[in-house]
Amino acid sequence: MTVLMRLGYLPLVDAAPLIVAEAMGFAEEEGLALDLVAAPSWSALRDLLAAAQVDAAQMLAPVPVALALGLGGAARFEVLSVLNLNGNAVGVSQALASRMAGHDFALKDARAAGQALLRAAGPRLRIGVPFAFSMHRELVHYWLDGLGATPPTALEIVTVPPPLMPDALAAGEIDAFCVGEPRGSVAVERGAGVLLLPTSAIWAAAPEKVLAVREGWAEAQPELAGKLVRAVWRAGRWLGQAVNLSVASEILAAPGRLGVSAEIIERSLTGRLVISPAGDERVVPGFLRFHDGAAGFPWRSQAGWIGGRLAQRHGLDVATAQETAAGLFRSDLYRQYLGPTGADLPAASAKVEGSLGQPSPVASSRGRLILPADRFFDAQVFDPGILAR
Amino acid sequence: MAKRLSIVVVEKDRDRALTIVDGLREAGDMDITVIGDEIGLARKIAARNPDLVLIDAGNPSRDALEELTLASAPLQRPVAMFVDESDGALTRAAIEAGVSAYVVAGLTANRIKPVLDAAIARFHLMQKMRVELAETRRALEERKVIDRAKGIVMRAKGIGEDEAYALMRKAAMDQGRKVADVAQALVTAAELLK
Repeated sequence: MTVLMRLGYLPLVDAAPLIVAEAMGFAEEEGLALDLVAAPSWSALRDLLAAAQVDAAQMLAPVPVALALGLGGAARFEVLSVLNLNGNAVGVSQALASRMAGHDFALKDARAAGQALLRAAGPRLRIGVPFAFSMHRELVHYWLDGLGATPPTALEIVTVPPPLMPDALAAGEIDAFCVGEPRGSVAVERGAGVLLLPTSAIWAAAPEKVLAVREGWAEAQPELAGKLVRAVWRAGRWLGQAVNLSVASEILAAPGRLGVSAEIIERSLTGRLVISPAGDERVVPGFLRFHDGAAGFPWRSQAGWIGGRLAQRHGLDVATAQETAAGLFRSDLYRQYLGPTGADLPAASAKVEGSLGQPSPVASSRGRLILPADRFFDAQVFDPGILAR
Repeated sequence: MAKRLSIVVVEKDRDRALTIVDGLREAGDMDITVIGDEIGLARKIAARNPDLVLIDAGNPSRDALEELTLASAPLQRPVAMFVDESDGALTRAAIEAGVSAYVVAGLTANRIKPVLDAAIARFHLMQKMRVELAETRRALEERKVIDRAKGIVMRAKGIGEDEAYALMRKAAMDQGRKVADVAQALVTAAELLK
């Protein structure tokens, strides 16, 4: 018997695990028929989920955390899994890029790129991000605040819907942007911008989109939730194999999905980015991760980091916010759902974020789990302390 | 008598904007501004400092308005998204009609309701028109495909128009499909064999 389930998403490359779960039959294997509902904006998607018009949704990792802290609405969500790590890029206007002539645009060194950007920007730097509560905003803040001495630049981070980014750059509303794919590559194609830095150079293993449901939904229907998480996990595993990426690009480029060509989608899936309208290419390993190193595991420490950052900026108690946030990433349910699949799950549910300079083995259910490097560019670590339960 | 409500309507399409404004005017005396250019939207709205903002729920620019709900927003008065604040029936009606409202804190429900009722009615009307337009377009497309398929059958079999159509209709009935689907399959196959 097949159960129909409505899933909300935004037409972005990192919606791939949901789209692939449907297209490649991973949902069907679990007895799920997925009805994928494309939303026009993050606020619309949040409302669709809150109003039970969809059962589950792709969501910016900070949205459930912000809501639980009383920011940005009355809905309450929980996170069943992480859909992907990384996948965003900072880009600058052509005008700003031309003032950064001394910079190499190697897309590796966040400190060098940030300093070059601040030097070229002058007294004011306005950066567009897709949403008020997003990793885009958190990582841009973390990056530019972390460059040491207070810059003479007045930093403004404003929300600009990604389809409007090129026009906003052209109109001088913003000088730079931080967006997910395919929006960065589309901005390059339209001649509006030059890519300066993947966010993976700011935090090497940042949670990006998550699979969110209404608070209490998963526990009310554990079977359904389990089927969904397993189907999405298998889709992520399929996406984690390089050999599948051109097929994945075609699936995402199919009519009614992302609305851009497979060629543009493949750039971000493979980490081979075209960074300028002149066609310069850069290879960014780990630009976008779906599977390896337990990428889908909802670490309580990831949520704690987000909660702490949001609390600092909004004047809330940091320790309380970290604790509240950690409880939203349901690593307990994830273990329960994925146990039967034989997935290699970490023994711990929280980790010291930023401590791994290179891929490192950790204790796990099958004993073969290797976590990817998760360094912050400034070598800080986030020790979740009390969250490590 | 409370002061007139000031309302910003975010809508690019001039006809749609006029439809909404007309509907609101019928609901009472209000100070209405339409913003069509969505670049720098939050800044423009903050400069107007309205009591209420109405925007198509399908407009991607909605995300820019979320800034207004934050304490650190450029707008001095706190803004709430309407669906959080009000009774369930009105919220559902707004979601179904595809309109989103942002309301400054402290506005009483009896002042908001007539405005939202009017907006919901207008958005419903526009949604209906949109569906009808889409159906008309689809019918037109189908006609074109059927005509092309007819031409292909006529040439291939050297028969007349009526006969070609009768063949296609029979094939459709035999397979339990629509004539338009059979026609599409024929056109696609003919493209491949070119």
